[in-house]
Amino acid sequence: MLPAPIRAQLRAIVGEKHCLDSQEALVAYSYDATPMQQALPDAVVMPGSTAEVQEVMRLCASARIPVVTRGAGSNLCGGTIPLGGGIVLVLNRMNQIVEIDEQNLTITVQPGVRTVDIHQAVEARGLFYPPDPGSMVISTIGGNIALNSGGLRGLKYGTTKDYVLGLEAVLPSGEMIRTGGKLMKDVAGYDLTKLLVGSEGTLAIITEAILKLIPKPQTQRVMLAMYADMAQAAKSVSDIIANRIIPGTLEFLDQGTIRVVEEFKKIGLPTDVAAILLIGQDGDPLTVDQDMDKIAAICQKNAAVQIKVATTAEEADEVMTARRSALAALSRMRPTTILEDATVPRAAIAPMVAAIQEIASRYGLQICTFGHAGDGNLHPTCMTDARNTEEIERVEHAFEEIFAAAIELGGTITGEHGVGIVKAPYLEWKAGAAGMEVMKGIKQAFDPNHLLNPGKMFAKESRQRVVVQRA
Amino acid sequence: MLKEALVKKLDYEELSNCMRCGFCQPACPTFRETGYEAASPRGRIALMKAVADGVMEPDKDFVDQMNLCLGCRACEPVCPAGVSYGQLIEQTREAIEDVQQHPWWVKAVRRLAFVHLFPEQKRLQQLGRLLRFYQRSGLQKAVRKLGLLFWLPRHLREMEAIMPEASARSLADEWQAAVIPAIGERKYRVGMFSGCIMDVLFQETNRNTVRLLAEAGCEVVIVPGQVCCGALHAHSGERGIARKLARINVAVFHEANVDMIISNAGGCGAMLKEYDHLLADDAEMREQADWFAARVKDISEVLGEQMDAQKWQSLPQRITYQSSCHLRNGMKVSNEPVQLVKNIPGATYVPLFEGERCCGSAGIYNLLQPEMASGLLDEKMGHVAKTQADILVTSNPGCLLQMKAGIHRAGLDGRMEAVHLVDLLARVSPKE
Repeated sequence: MLPAPIRAQLRAIVGEKHCLDSQEALVAYSYDATPMQQALPDAVVMPGSTAEVQEVMRLCASARIPVVTRGAGSNLCGGTIPLGGGIVLVLNRMNQIVEIDEQNLTITVQPGVRTVDIHQAVEARGLFYPPDPGSMVISTIGGNIALNSGGLRGLKYGTTKDYVLGLEAVLPSGEMIRTGGKLMKDVAGYDLTKLLVGSEGTLAIITEAILKLIPKPQTQRVMLAMYADMAQAAKSVSDIIANRIIPGTLEFLDQGTIRVVEEFKKIGLPTDVAAILLIGQDGDPLTVDQDMDKIAAICQKNAAVQIKVATTAEEADEVMTARRSALAALSRMRPTTILEDATVPRAAIAPMVAAIQEIASRYGLQICTFGHAGDGNLHPTCMTDARNTEEIERVEHAFEEIFAAAIELGGTITGEHGVGIVKAPYLEWKAGAAGMEVMKGIKQAFDPNHLLNPGKMFAKESRQRVVVQRA
Repeated sequence: MLKEALVKKLDYEELSNCMRCGFCQPACPTFRETGYEAASPRGRIALMKAVADGVMEPDKDFVDQMNLCLGCRACEPVCPAGVSYGQLIEQTREAIEDVQQHPWWVKAVRRLAFVHLFPEQKRLQQLGRLLRFYQRSGLQKAVRKLGLLFWLPRHLREMEAIMPEASARSLADEWQAAVIPAIGERKYRVGMFSGCIMDVLFQETNRNTVRLLAEAGCEVVIVPGQVCCGALHAHSGERGIARKLARINVAVFHEANVDMIISNAGGCGAMLKEYDHLLADDAEMREQADWFAARVKDISEVLGEQMDAQKWQSLPQRITYQSSCHLRNGMKVSNEPVQLVKNIPGATYVPLFEGERCCGSAGIYNLLQPEMASGLLDEKMGHVAKTQADILVTSNPGCLLQMKAGIHRAGLDGRMEAVHLVDLLARVSPKE
């Protein structure tokens, strides 16, 4: 519970309706999409403007109250769990598209706009905002920026960071800063825009963003290629890139995922194949057709046992179903679904998938892997039950080994979900001791009192790096 | 105590299946209206789980939040984990109802409606006769002329204005037979579920249903002894009564030995189709309940397969379709009605933007939560108006009444009519 005078002041700033501390509200904002993470805040505050955010922040700074900024609560790293209590600052009311600038090809948005609404608004004008995280139907752009979200189009189009040109943000002191602008070039000082992208709400509260747009590709086509051997699927991926083709989509499912998807959807996927690649290209029709032909030939050469090129919209939809149903199919298997995002260089996908399978079987766990083959961003997904503490302990050890294996292969512990709570103990493995010191210094410079999203990114103690034993 | 009742009734396994991804939220009408996490399926499940886990007490906010849910179940088809939200909200409402201390008059009204009225078809018909007398005797005209309904809230006045003419006789009486032979070759023997409200307020629709089924090669049994499906009870926390009704229906339809059980109301059909869940703990009835649930079909599923659209008359009008939530999300029937409309010669099918979203009727929700319901209805009518349709088709009595009220409220009287799918098909497929 907040002290009564603070509560009264918060209500005065945002209005009674937008400052809640009923049991119901506290429970409703105690979780996000991360399994097994929950903590109650002291209050839920929903500001309607940058000025209100500033006032709330000034008050919280003077009273030393922690502030956790939240959009849709769809993240998978525990990024919006109010670990240390305080207030959850919900920015969903700030949900206006401020402007679409067709001269400069930018869109200016408030943080509470849903990602999918940005897509629809710009595509209606023949423009394109490529980042498409899996949760885009509910996620807000503020959350996407705070976590530097990826998506299926990462390989060809990059991720959120590649589209943020400028930000308006409120500092922990309540001061407001503007970074960048409608500018493709801007080297005036440190790049604070890029620094805030992916800062997970630990440095500042993003209150407005200018995003880059590109022309919408005229057409897109998709195909499926199935392999008896994971190595051949991986070789196809490398060969496609080596042939100077950058596909718009390059996704893969491992055998475990294929079996579960087929069991759930009954769409006629062969369950004896080791891997399926879902490959899509977009652009002008002529180039797309040429690329698809070349890709099919490469898959053929790499001993794909079956290739299905979609020729109609319905067929394309069928082809996409396999990948789209992956999470749904997996999450129906057991009550708890833990979806990770260890990422490796593209060329290391085959050894990484092999490592995951080996680790899973050694710990007696069911871990299926699917993900973005084109950019090496894998989603090893563990089906488990949070109530089984013994099994959960095995899950933790297994994922620890998976993170270690990714780093050994030149990869990272998280490609697109963020560090938050769940990967904080492993951040040092990737950043190194000196790297951690730099990050802590940056945090100190922005937020000396550690009010913004405490307990995230920086763990109390790092895990000992496990030694991976492999045959 | 509510807490104990909830712990007892809630299926904890099902609560645990929610992985909190939030994909349900864009589909949820109350979340879209409010933007408030607690007013979403993910939020409500989190509240249920918090109570079950002992994290929170089920206070008044909790009960209000559960009652604000329309029960439209639009969250179910979009849930990756396949959580049966409809079951969870009904379990919650049952627990609430078990311990709720209603004021005496609410108790009396609930008892009257749920125990003495809906399960007793004869009494409903008597009430229907009263309504018919009110409508036909000139009383209604007089009351309206004198403005005697000024004391009613707006949403009830609107309902009064569009109430269809009640029927005084049951369906079996109307046909003067309990078995109507198939026309031509007999393909199926089907049981007609006539419904309680349908049989009083929409008997024309029921008559048309029987005729079209017969013409489509079905021998139609108007199974004697059938009662209300119990959907209104289950949605209002009276699952006990719903189970009683279910047992009766299962027994009489089983006795009638039919190939299919046909419903023409999405709300009833979804309930009937889930009798296997409702009676899962009933050792004696379980097997028969499975038999029953597997045979339930919506009328559009049968007509879509068995009717010959080539024989239909042309209807050169613009037609749009508002889905019944329980037909779509409960019975999982979404394409069949649209396809039937598209098959009508000369007609132009105009898709309704967000036609899959709840219209706010939701059983008796529009009577209990008028503010949220009229908000949803106004938004709906905005989209409906844009279709410039001549006919607005739906497939459930509650939705049909709400759409009629909506047309009236939006000032579209005379320009657009709301019609049950069956009645529309009866128009283009004249009696042989």
